[in-house]
Amino acid sequence: MTGTTEPTEPTEPTGAAGDPGDTELSQPARSAGSVGPAELSADAEPSDVVHGPRRPGVPALEARGLVKHFPIHSGIGRTLLVHAVENISIALPAGTVTAVVGESGSGKSTLARLLTGLIKPTAGEVLLDGVPVGTGAKARRKYTSSVHLVLQDPFSSLNSVHTVRYHLERPLKLHSKLGRAERAQRMRELLERVSLTPAENYLDKYPHELSGGQRQRVAIARGLAVEPRVLLADEPVSMLDVSIRLGVLNLLDDLRSGENLATMYVTHDIASARYLADCIVVMYAGQVVESGPATQITDSPTHPYTQLLLSAAPDPARAETPVLGGRGAPPSLINPPPGCRFHPRCPFAMRVCATTTPAPRPVGEDHVSACWLHASGLTEDQREPLVATAEAVPVPVSAAAAGDLPDDGSQA
Amino acid sequence: MTVNGLAVPGPARREEPNEPVLEVRGLCVDYGLGRDAVRAVNDADLVLRRGEVLGIAGESGSGKSTLAYALTRLLRAPGVITGGDVLFHSRGADGQTTTVDLLAADVHQLRQYRWSEIAVVFQSAMHALNPVARVEDQLTDVLRVHRPEMSREERRARAVEMLRMVGINADRLRSYPHELSGGMRQRVMIAMALILQPQIVIMDEPTTALDVVTQREILEELMTLRDRLGFAVIFITHDLSLLIELADSIAIMYAGRIVERAKASELFHAPRHPYSLGLLSSFPSLHGERVRMEGIPGSPPSLAAMPAGCTFHPRCPYVMDLCRTEEPPLARPLSEGGGRVTACWLQDGRHDPPEPLARAVPLVSSVADADDLSRSTS
Amino acid sequence: MSVVGVSTALPAGNEPKRKSRFTRSPKIIAGAAILVFFIFIAIFGPTIAPHSASWQASNSSAFAQPPSSKFWLGTDRQQHDILSQLLSGGRSTMVIAFVAGIVASILSILFGVTAGYMGGVVDEVLSIIANIFLALPGLVILMVIMKPLPPGDTDNPILIGSVIALTAWAYGARVLRAQTLALRDQDYVESARVIGERKPRIIFSEILPNLLPILASSFIFTVIYGISIYIVLSILGIINPAQASWGTMIQSANGASAMISNDWWWYAPPALCVALLGIGLALLNFGIDEIVNPRVRSRRGSRRGVRFQLGLTPVMRAKGSHGSGSKPPSNPSPGVPAPVLEGED
Repeated sequence: MTGTTEPTEPTEPTGAAGDPGDTELSQPARSAGSVGPAELSADAEPSDVVHGPRRPGVPALEARGLVKHFPIHSGIGRTLLVHAVENISIALPAGTVTAVVGESGSGKSTLARLLTGLIKPTAGEVLLDGVPVGTGAKARRKYTSSVHLVLQDPFSSLNSVHTVRYHLERPLKLHSKLGRAERAQRMRELLERVSLTPAENYLDKYPHELSGGQRQRVAIARGLAVEPRVLLADEPVSMLDVSIRLGVLNLLDDLRSGENLATMYVTHDIASARYLADCIVVMYAGQVVESGPATQITDSPTHPYTQLLLSAAPDPARAETPVLGGRGAPPSLINPPPGCRFHPRCPFAMRVCATTTPAPRPVGEDHVSACWLHASGLTEDQREPLVATAEAVPVPVSAAAAGDLPDDGSQA
Repeated sequence: MTVNGLAVPGPARREEPNEPVLEVRGLCVDYGLGRDAVRAVNDADLVLRRGEVLGIAGESGSGKSTLAYALTRLLRAPGVITGGDVLFHSRGADGQTTTVDLLAADVHQLRQYRWSEIAVVFQSAMHALNPVARVEDQLTDVLRVHRPEMSREERRARAVEMLRMVGINADRLRSYPHELSGGMRQRVMIAMALILQPQIVIMDEPTTALDVVTQREILEELMTLRDRLGFAVIFITHDLSLLIELADSIAIMYAGRIVERAKASELFHAPRHPYSLGLLSSFPSLHGERVRMEGIPGSPPSLAAMPAGCTFHPRCPYVMDLCRTEEPPLARPLSEGGGRVTACWLQDGRHDPPEPLARAVPLVSSVADADDLSRSTS
Repeated sequence: MSVVGVSTALPAGNEPKRKSRFTRSPKIIAGAAILVFFIFIAIFGPTIAPHSASWQASNSSAFAQPPSSKFWLGTDRQQHDILSQLLSGGRSTMVIAFVAGIVASILSILFGVTAGYMGGVVDEVLSIIANIFLALPGLVILMVIMKPLPPGDTDNPILIGSVIALTAWAYGARVLRAQTLALRDQDYVESARVIGERKPRIIFSEILPNLLPILASSFIFTVIYGISIYIVLSILGIINPAQASWGTMIQSANGASAMISNDWWWYAPPALCVALLGIGLALLNFGIDEIVNPRVRSRRGSRRGVRFQLGLTPVMRAKGSHGSGSKPPSNPSPGVPAPVLEGED
């Protein structure tokens, strides 16, 4: 575990005052005090769990307790808050790929933009090489030279009025003191780095003269121009043709080892996350519901939402049609459901899920899951199934076994 | 089984396949005319059977959408159909089958079949739905045009029933498209496509813009409806891994040609064309060891500058001299029986196909293969 | 490293193709030719004119003389040579119109792009100012501003152009603001911010080039507007009549009731010049619009007897079964091999 966060800004995500059932459940929260001091307190303060791959040393980029609430104006004088990202701590060590997986509206893109500094977090802080990022122009300059973002649509992330040369030269002019000849040399190296060879053929091309995969490579090359420490890739392959996707994923894979980059790969495609990433972080409705080593997440998911994502993902090797556990759509983030945000869809929902946000609990080595199914010592009352849907509630398969997992077993 | 006296040959079949509802023979589609023309679909043959899901997969620019739009003659200018037949075997209410060549039909005949017998679901539901009309009006308008004998109440009841079938509450009838989520809009589109009980539904990337969970839900509903109403589906997508789960048979298109056509499970377990193999290995697996995959090198050719011989040869890892000059015909691989066809010289019986292209076809689709097909505990 | 996605079939030489789109458009060619012609007149008109604008023929006729071999376009009642006035009067008209266009464009960029990019309070203040200018009746404002000016100022084309621009920039600013709002959230702008570009650089280097087509269109529009406003101001007598321009020529013809006395050679040439210039600019505008906005491009459909019709893709089958009249073979001959009818199981 990389670090702990002081509970400087207690953020209470479930602030809805008039929620029915809120009062009903103050009881179980107290009664759980017998279980252990750390057990149920997690929803009142930023949790200690830092998601992301475990590596010794200081991670290249770390976010602590990031919260983002977007104000939106509706009508006269009424301001609503979109709870886009809630209390996420994530560490991106150098030489690793962290995949952030979720549906649209899960807050995964907001998280990426928070990490670029393009938008300011409501709470929490971002540390570059262990040092909090300042707000001044100089700090911003250093930050922009170290952290780069690759966007989803290669057709709009390059300006159609500028050549490849312009796109590559700007970051060099902004962040390096290279002379003209050195810049030209560097640009050639960059294009070769992303397999656009010979570089001379591409330097004076306009974006519309390149294919989608080539554009995405130029976008990545631009990101690498000033030798960043961190690459944030927001759905970098979802707009590309299938045969080109692997090429770009393999490029990110090469950059992980070759440039020792800390990469965050934001995607909705859990199969590609499994292919590329060291660690998968699953987000739902602004919160991290599960994180852990990539193959472990896909081979033995412990959170019902991760299970749902996996059963919905296309899988030609599947023999029989999958049964979706949890239909419906993600909740509104303006008025998110209290407790676990997944509970209205969850087939295993219990009474405690509707009232108290589950803290991430270790369920395996470096594997955490924010689900009450894995909490020990819940009362019978709390465990009572929440019969919200007409469908029969399936029996949670792993609940009994995983729920009794020793708390201190793998947290060292 | 006969269709208008035409005996359907089928010596190797074990069970009676359904009769064809749509036959495409040698369909060619050009963009532009004369010297500027480029061939977008070249000599495409397809058979769609009743109640079957036929998948068409390929990269963008492979002509898969062009093919589907040409079938219904909805292709926009400068698209021109330059050859082939599209035979629609329409089964009337009396059970009689009449055959129509859609390429010879005039605008009135087409109007008669479009939507009521052959419906299309587009990728972007937001653009296909009228933004200023309520869902109810859009559904009942279809009925008003095609089923003038229905009363207002009947139309409404039918609209409600259709929406319920695709999983939308009747209280959404009064909504405008922008008030619905992407998944709901696509469901409305499907409801609109099915409201006249067509025999064929053509779906062009209907779920590509949706989240995986929503996509799965919609596809489940579609399959349930297919079993119930018995329509056939042409499903166009770039997502081959999804198609293998969904479709009964699959046609793989490359650079305007169908390069392989096979049953979904056969294609997955034993592809015969290097391009099919490349596409299959472009999708990372959810199971097994993580190994580096290379996909398909290069990118598809421009339609205006097609390579000679096999159009795939510049990207093909198994390219031979023959491939550079001679175009392989779409034929049954000599090494096997079965209903599959592929356009590859490696399969002509004179060459030994490499191991990945010579895998045995599993006898049953749920065969316990030695491959890493172990199911995860999801 | 795997070499994947490297296309060998790059569309080579796209650049000349892009340029030729402009030179191939007949609207642009015609519009540009007209504009070049008038620019030529504006520059060299006074030198090639047979006489100066204030020159008067020394005959004591009280009538305007019709065209003759001596005066190709005749004279007005004060015996000024119309051709000379026409050639000398083009310059000030053109200068006024282009000054108006340039100043209005600069103002609309300053207000529109800044408002659109900055957003928030800046946007609101700038938008309010633009809306006020949009709501004010331009002609009345011009009359109020220009009337008290001494006659020496009202024939200063730069001053007049700038004043006209004041009433013309607001519409362009609104269009540019809306477009900037759309461009602001484009991925390439976001990418520029990520690599640390500063705001002015983003506005001028990333956003502004993408606004050029709109800017060109609004510039031409303002020039046309400037010409017509200038003519109207001349006819209303607000422009110093001593200044020879197409506007003052029309004004003096109008004032002398040339239309009633049928002295067509007096008022027609300047009016035609104004109309032709307007047409040329409008053609340019349409031509640019067609290239920038392909939807407007006229479709050259019915070549070779193929009619493109929405919802009815044309069929040109080689075997001659083409045409809507021929019935399909309702009984396909058994000899035709069916494509995949070998058994599928």
